[in-house]
Parts: sequence; C-alpha cells; structure tokens
Amino acid sequence: MTALLRTTGLSKTFSSAGRRVTALDDVSLTLEAGETLGLVGPSGSGKSTLARVLLRLTEPDAGCVDFAGADFTALRGEALRQVRRRIQMVFQDPLAAFNPRATVADALGDPLRLHGLAGRHERPAAIAGLLGRVGLAEDLAARPIHEISGGQRQRVAIARALATGPELIVLDEAVSALDVTVRGQILDLLVSLQRQNGIAYVFISHDLAVVRAVSHRIAVMDQGRIVEQGPVQSVVENPQSATARALVAAVPRLMRQVGEDGD
Amino acid sequence: MSGRLVTLRGLGVAYGAGPAALSDIDLAISAGERLAVIGESGSGKSTLALALAGLLPDNARIAGDIAWEGGMKPVPGRDIGFVFQDAGASLNPVLRIGEQVAEVAQRHLGLDWHEAYAYARDLLAQVQVPAPDTVLRAYAHQLSGGQRQRVAIAAAIAARPRLLIADEPTSALDTIVQSEIVSLLDRLVREAGMTLVFISHDIALVSGFADRIAVLHQARLVEAGPAADVLRSPKATYTARLIASHIGLDTPRLVGARA
Repeated sequence: MTALLRTTGLSKTFSSAGRRVTALDDVSLTLEAGETLGLVGPSGSGKSTLARVLLRLTEPDAGCVDFAGADFTALRGEALRQVRRRIQMVFQDPLAAFNPRATVADALGDPLRLHGLAGRHERPAAIAGLLGRVGLAEDLAARPIHEISGGQRQRVAIARALATGPELIVLDEAVSALDVTVRGQILDLLVSLQRQNGIAYVFISHDLAVVRAVSHRIAVMDQGRIVEQGPVQSVVENPQSATARALVAAVPRLMRQVGEDGD
Repeated sequence: MSGRLVTLRGLGVAYGAGPAALSDIDLAISAGERLAVIGESGSGKSTLALALAGLLPDNARIAGDIAWEGGMKPVPGRDIGFVFQDAGASLNPVLRIGEQVAEVAQRHLGLDWHEAYAYARDLLAQVQVPAPDTVLRAYAHQLSGGQRQRVAIAAAIAARPRLLIADEPTSALDTIVQSEIVSLLDRLVREAGMTLVFISHDIALVSGFADRIAVLHQARLVEAGPAADVLRSPKATYTARLIASHIGLDTPRLVGARA
C-alpha cells in the first residue's frame, strides 16, 4: 500500500533575535489513506511548524513532502492548486480563521468559488449540503460567523475544509478551545466523516488523552524531532521516550474517591 | 479548616445593560479550603473570580452581597492574590521580573528595596523557576509560558495574601507544564495555609486537589459540595454531563485498529 503522505528528513530553522531555533529536525513520517496520525508534544515541540510545512504555508530548509506519490514541495502553479484542494486544514480558533464580518454562506462559498467547484446558481445547494454533512441546519447559512456559538463555528470550519473534497485534513488543536461538552460531539463528527469519506487526518494536540481517543497511530514530538511513534496502544501503555512518559503522566485523572492518587 | 472566610448571598452581576453574568449565587468559602469553581464559557466563573477580588469593571451592576469575615473588605494585591490565564498580560513588559515581584513586597509588606529584592529571589526559588538569579534580571517576553506563570504566581503570593484566586491558570499551557503548575499551587497554599479558589473548565484537573467543587452553568450555581460527593454522585444533571464529557486515558476510543 502506498502512503498518502510521506515526509522525508524535514528540517526547519528559524532565526529570532539572533538566536537560531530548530523547529523541525529530520522529521520523517507516513500516513495512509483514511488513517489518523495523532501528533502530540509539549508547547514549542514543532507540531504547528510541521502542520504548516504539510500545508505548504512554510517552506522547509531541507527534506520533502510526498503527497499521493508526487513531491508536493516541488509543485508550482496549477499543479500546486490541484493538490491544495486535496489537503485542507482546521485550526484552533475558528473566529480567527474567518473574516469576522462574513456570513456562514460567505465562508463556505469561498472555497467553492476559488476552486471552481460550484457555479453561482449551484452554490446555495452546495452550501446547504455542506452544512448538512456537519450536522448544521441550512438556515444557519445567513447568520454572521461572529454570532454563532464556538461549537457551530468549528463545524463551519470543518464544512469549509470538506468543500473541496479533501483526502487529508490537518487539524491543529482543532478541539482545544471548545467547551468539554461540545468537544466530544466534534470528535464524533470527525470520526464519522472519516468513516464515510475515507479522509486521512493529522490530528495535532498537546492533550494525549484526546489524541488517543481519535488516532490510529501516534507520533510524539519534542524539540523539533519525532522522539517516538507507533500504534496508539503501545505509545500510551508502554511509552519509551521521556517525552511520551511525561505526556502520559500529565493527563488529568478524574478521581472520584477520597485519597485516590490515580497512579 | 477553620471558620468562614467569605459568604456570598444572592450575588448577581450584569455588565452594562447586558444579561446576567451571575445570578443569585449563594456560596460560603471557608478559611484554608481549596475550592474549585467549574464552568464552561459563559458560565460566569470569571465574573465570580473578579467579584471576589473586587476587580469588577465600573459598568458592572451588582446585586446581593459579599460578606467578609470580620467585616473588613480585603485589599486586592495584599489580602487577595490573583493569577490569570494569560501571565504575559499580567506582567509588566518593561520592568525586570525582580523589580515587579519586589515591588509587591515593598508596597504591602513594608520592606525596604534591598530586602524586597532579596525576598523576590526567595519567592522565585519557591515557585521553582530554574536559575532564579537570571530570571530576576529578565523581562517577561524572555521567559516561556510556564515560567511566566510561575513568576505571576510569585507576584500573587508576595504579599502573603489570605486568599489566592487562580482563574484558568493553566489553560494556555501544555499538559506537562499544567501538571507542574497545579502541583506548585497545591503545595504553596498548603504550606502557607492560604485559601485557594481555582477557576477551571476541567473537572478532572481539579479532582486531584480540590476540597470542594462548585459548578456554574449559565450564570447560576447548579451544585456545590465536597469534591468526592460531587464527583461520585453529582446532584445536577449538568455536573453529570461534565463528568461524562471527560476524556482520559481510560475513556473508550472512538476509532478501532485498522485492518
């Protein structure tokens, strides 16, 4: 089986106030179609830089990203546009990701228009269809983005990502800002969309428990490197790296008994 | 646990002409206890923290009352320490760390500058900042998020307040730093016999150290009681929902192994 996504030797260094910061250091990983790779690590470990390189929002200093068998990092022009359609993203803060004055219909209409996926007359039906896929009512389309709830906004962000029919969605802390009672519903939605459409996810979070719940495999990052990767069970139950052990230990335990220490 | 520290009776808060941010809150806080106030966005939990600290903005309309033990209204900064979610915003960007921690001690403890500065160094060591001598001379932007929060805690406890209010102090931090900060707060309030009000959206996080848990939902207090009771047999359906929404390492996974 060929991988949908394969990164080889990705490196990236930033210079800040005369200091050189290694954000990515020889990062190699693979992702199969329809699979979720959980990417977990502490703040500053390079997770978001990796997400940006995967989306080609940041150019790596070295290494390459192969997507569906072609070197994504070498593409230009129309070929790049074609691949961009197939890789989408959802970030932590949906309000920051949208023009705040836009309506839900504007936010969903943009990708349809930019990628020529639905003509002016077909667009309302396409938007209604996208809203339905993420469990939102059609009449939400006319509402301004800033008026809807945080959970609804993140559903709209997911609908926008779905608009181009992607094979991969990069989710960078996509549920971290949501209320806990809403978070579970969004995770359920992501998993059911994956089952229906075979979408692969790179699911990025600092929260190992959430990553464990939705991922097939986990890669643990620290200081720009992948320090451990493997099936969820082995990373969570038998972590080998110091970083993975610290992440396991740091997950809050719900303690219901007096004196219970959770160990 | 000894005596009452403060009693809220029918407390209501609204901002300007807006809807109630808090409505009819009855809650007593005992001296020396660790009270967790749990709620989601819009529940009123931060308003409760600000009301307790006497830091509500001018446009806040307040109903009911906040009765302090002994009838003395506490002085924010001296009798009440406050730790916010965003430590970067609560530290002065153009003052060195040592100066701003020492300033609190100088103002509220009557120390001279030399004593206050030495005390600031002790505090930084107490909050386990690595290399306290270097951090004394550093500016806030030169520190990591976790270090900034440790410094903010040092400044908050510098005047030896009776009450420490921490409003989502770990929400901007990763889980590893979060667990360090929670252990630190737990140890500091134990050692000093301080009362802690810990505001959070995460009921699992507070389950490990809170004596009592109060749950806010849509501006109302839906439940308050000993932590073990609230966690084991919640009275409010909303509390039960919060507990059921917790995702831990023992929660059933949403995806299975792939063929």
